[in-house]
Amino acid sequence: MEWLSEFGAIAAMQGFNGLSVFCVLLLMALGLAIIFGQMGVINMAHGEFLTIGAYTTFVVSSLTEQYAPAFGPYYFFFAIVLSFLIAGAIGWLVEWAMISKLYQRPLDTLLATWGLSLVMQQTFRSIFGAREVSATLPEWLMGSWNPTETIDIPRNGLFVMGLTILLTAIIFLMLYRSRWGLQVRATMQNRVMSRAVGINTKRVDRMTFALGCGVAGVAGAAFTTIGSTGPTAGSLYIVDTFLVVVFGGAASLFGTIASAFSIAQAQSIMEFFMSGSMAKVLTLSAVILILMMRPQGLFSIKVRK
Amino acid sequence: MNPTLDKLLGGKQGAIGLAVLAALILVVFPLLLDAFRLNMVGKYLTYAFVAVGLVLCWGYGGILSLGQGIFFGLGGYCMAMFLKLEASDPESTKIQSTPGIPDFMDWNQITELPMLWQPFHSFGFTLLAVIAVPVLLALVIGLTMFKRRVGDVYFSIVTQAIALILTVLIIGQQGYTGGVNGITDLKTLMGWDIRTDEAKLILYFVSAFLLFGCILLARFIIASKLGRLLLAMRDKEERVRFSGYDVASFKIFVFCVGAAFSAIGGAMFTLQVGFMSPSFVGIVPSIEMVIFAAVGGRLSLLGAVYGALLVNFGKTYFSESFPELWLYLMGGLFIAVVMYFPNGLAGLWDSHGKRWLTRIKPKANAPVKTEPVAKPVAKAAPTPELETTP
Repeated sequence: MEWLSEFGAIAAMQGFNGLSVFCVLLLMALGLAIIFGQMGVINMAHGEFLTIGAYTTFVVSSLTEQYAPAFGPYYFFFAIVLSFLIAGAIGWLVEWAMISKLYQRPLDTLLATWGLSLVMQQTFRSIFGAREVSATLPEWLMGSWNPTETIDIPRNGLFVMGLTILLTAIIFLMLYRSRWGLQVRATMQNRVMSRAVGINTKRVDRMTFALGCGVAGVAGAAFTTIGSTGPTAGSLYIVDTFLVVVFGGAASLFGTIASAFSIAQAQSIMEFFMSGSMAKVLTLSAVILILMMRPQGLFSIKVRK
Repeated sequence: MNPTLDKLLGGKQGAIGLAVLAALILVVFPLLLDAFRLNMVGKYLTYAFVAVGLVLCWGYGGILSLGQGIFFGLGGYCMAMFLKLEASDPESTKIQSTPGIPDFMDWNQITELPMLWQPFHSFGFTLLAVIAVPVLLALVIGLTMFKRRVGDVYFSIVTQAIALILTVLIIGQQGYTGGVNGITDLKTLMGWDIRTDEAKLILYFVSAFLLFGCILLARFIIASKLGRLLLAMRDKEERVRFSGYDVASFKIFVFCVGAAFSAIGGAMFTLQVGFMSPSFVGIVPSIEMVIFAAVGGRLSLLGAVYGALLVNFGKTYFSESFPELWLYLMGGLFIAVVMYFPNGLAGLWDSHGKRWLTRIKPKANAPVKTEPVAKPVAKAAPTPELETTP
């Protein structure tokens, strides 16, 4: 019986490992699902908005440590809100200055936002240095939770998971249950008609883009609990994130969740049997093969074009 | 003039442009630059192959491949495998535990030459593989994507993902590919030492001539009916489809041509630089290659060459002197070209350079009389004239 419980413990921890990867992927993909999935804007600088959130958290953490150590255990919630606001504000500016002029040319948006990502990376490097930094975690995020003697689940992973669920729920409510979400979906499906019925599509675009960037900022804040942040941290995942959104089927939030889940589980299960790089190669190749057979992704809403 | 020749040269203006570029590359650079700098220009010219292919695919075909580094890399790796096998004959590798195989295989405890490497003993096979491997991959990607009418944006993302996969694969399979360092220490090509200054000069001219061959071929494609169809497809794909054309096969064809150009560039890169590594395959180099074409002008074949040369000169200069500034500049270049100069240098030349030329010409040819007449007219109706006077 002992080997069985040990096997169970390994399976539970391995499963949790996959769930952590899933949360990371989903957090990154949520913002992109709004910006790319709903608006159709290819924002290659999405990873940098994530890094903005991570650096914001780092700055808040160092300031708290220096000036208000008593505030230590609670600073993280403040940092999350601040990350959302800062990343959202910068996103608002970027939409105003750049994206709004390129809606007719999606491929050019891709190149321009890639340029933006280079500029942002170098800005991070100039301000924070090339070395990776990490925020000081509050006491309650460290250590692990042991439901049984052999199972060992890190607390920061649990926290990220909770945050992911909360954020997903909020975005779902906003997109599908609020008047604003209705306007967003209407604008994306038929811009001219939406304008005709009195929706200010320009404002909707700007708000949607800002919201997507803000969500990326929150994701960045969450990442600081798992790993350290460098100037190029965001760009490492940008292609994976795009694949998650495309694989799920653009414009489908449920698809994004399902695709993040399947990619994450496939990768972490394969990592158990082979090297990390081969697991990644096989996962990505499988995604691309499926996309070649089913270009619209896993779940797609039917839109007449 | 012979109509085919006229097509190739692109009329009088095209011929002049080609002659200027040929003079620059074949005469001015070799005379002015020392061996080291000329070798560097030769390296930049290999990127120009990719940029010329991108003008065809992106400018004319409307398909933006963010994975040209895949084909550049595959061409380069095929050539590097042949050269590496030649460099690791049993005599010079006798200190290894298994003589006669490339050094990095020996370091990775591989005791036998892998099957994949066997055919690269033959130079004929290598030359074939340099073109065939990338073109076959492009064909497979094109067949699966374009036949299913995958949109432009999705195509870009998928090609980018393939570039990522290939890089991770090359780095992960260190024993078979040389890993992060790539395939290094290439010495001779069929017994001919490629590291001497003389060999580098010859290789420079070889790649220059190959580049002009590619430009002429691309011009021929653009001037033919196929070129018109490509343009029509880029602007109104549905209409071309309704007219009874198989849109997908044209896209596949032009994508394969772009891949072949990139692969030739990659092979020449390996020969001139003496190594090949995954840092020329992945996402970042692939997207940088797009900016070469964008800076030069996505609709101009010659512009693509100038774009590749200029951006790379800039990159070398700035990353040597002001490494901090380079990324700002590169990023700014991406944004500025896309937002303000979508037709790149060639577009600027068309809108400003030519006008400047024609302004000089009438002064020389036209009789003096017309000038005083022209000016009062301009004053009487200022609006059209305002645009031309800066």
